[in-house]
Amino acid sequence: MSVFSALLARDLKLALRQSADSMTVVAFFAIATVLFPFGIGPEANVLARIAGGVLWVTALLAALLSLDRLFTVDYEDGTLDQLVLSGAPLPMVVLAKVTAHWLTTGVPLIIMSPVLALTLHLPAQGYAPMMLALLLGTPTVSLVGAVGAALVLGTRRGGVLLSLLVLPLYIPVLIFGTASVEAVITGVETNGPLLILAGFAVLALTLCPWATAAALRQAVE
Amino acid sequence: MHKFANPTQFMRIANAIYPWAAGLSMILFLIGVPIALVSSPADYQQGETVRILYLHVPAAVMMQMIYYGMAAGSAAYLIWRHPMANLVAKASAPMGAIFTALCLICGMLWGQPMWGTFWVWDARLTSTLIQFFIYLGYIALADAFEDPERGDRAAAILALVGVVNVPIIKFSVNWWNTLHQPASLSLTKSSMTGDMLLPLFLMMGAFGTFYIAVLVLRLRAELLSAKIRNARLSQVAVSEATAAAE
Repeated sequence: MSVFSALLARDLKLALRQSADSMTVVAFFAIATVLFPFGIGPEANVLARIAGGVLWVTALLAALLSLDRLFTVDYEDGTLDQLVLSGAPLPMVVLAKVTAHWLTTGVPLIIMSPVLALTLHLPAQGYAPMMLALLLGTPTVSLVGAVGAALVLGTRRGGVLLSLLVLPLYIPVLIFGTASVEAVITGVETNGPLLILAGFAVLALTLCPWATAAALRQAVE
Repeated sequence: MHKFANPTQFMRIANAIYPWAAGLSMILFLIGVPIALVSSPADYQQGETVRILYLHVPAAVMMQMIYYGMAAGSAAYLIWRHPMANLVAKASAPMGAIFTALCLICGMLWGQPMWGTFWVWDARLTSTLIQFFIYLGYIALADAFEDPERGDRAAAILALVGVVNVPIIKFSVNWWNTLHQPASLSLTKSSMTGDMLLPLFLMMGAFGTFYIAVLVLRLRAELLSAKIRNARLSQVAVSEATAAAE
């Protein structure tokens, strides 16, 4: 556990000292969302209809952009070799780094989302399920993304490849994340999609740290 | 199993299987295609379009089987460093992608007259599309490293991560109430008549043996290209050594 908290504290401190990185991700989230009213037109009812989906897609893309630096910096300066050699349980190391990633990108996205939902005229009753869905869905996004980020370490075209690997795996999260916002607007029970999102999060939490650890091990060999 | 880690041993058996698989595949296609396309009965609801399904269903079966095979091969490679298991997985990936594409294209052509649309965002169609992207991701990742062995290992891990999706495709039609019909065929019972089952089984057999035959050809090509790479490397080493000696 001390490994976990020490690494978490380190990564959070690093993120805090370079807070521009986290801000860039949130800024991307905002600008990408704001593009939709320009592309689709400003009619409030059309925007309200697509608000949930737009916010989820842009949040996924923003998270994808931030995944690049999850392991790359440590990989390039040799910290990752030290972590693997240290004898600390590697899945725990991964979990600490993913938690830090979620706290510095996932949480800012969740906090930013109601402001952006406002510009898309999301109906009032949609805010709570949207934020709840993001709260349950973004951990899965960080965990699954970590597997992809570890796999592409040292490739020639990491960024594009990462999106090809990770985005297909995000589709289920996107479907049920959007469904939970849609459900409340169309007046259906929202618990179903939210529970499935929670299930995805638990599944990702149990499997992804091990897959990521295996990928990191082969990356530093 | 470790006996077959030796490419020569492995290829001795693979080469012995090849003529049988290729011949059987050809025979099954020659019998199956005329029955499937001409002499089998038209469906009382779907009419002649039912014939598309004699391609669609075997392609879908191959898509899943090949992925399970790839995942098993990748696991054997990661656990025991079994080189041939990885080679089989790597050689299977493009075929899996092509069968998935065939399955999607046939399904779309069938969907237009039957459902009135080429594409619906239903659970099975969506998860099949995801499967296609996973195949593409595997191929891209295996090819993305300077060191081919690193690409092999990264792709093997990806194959194991992606295996989550295959049962989702299989059971999506049972779990969600979707437009795509559930399977008409299972090990214990079938809701199809015999004269429709016959072409379906013939085409499944033809696809399966075709895959095995092409797999052997692809393995041969992979081993040959590895040999060429090694020969080139030693050539360079020799010429550099002589240059240094002079």
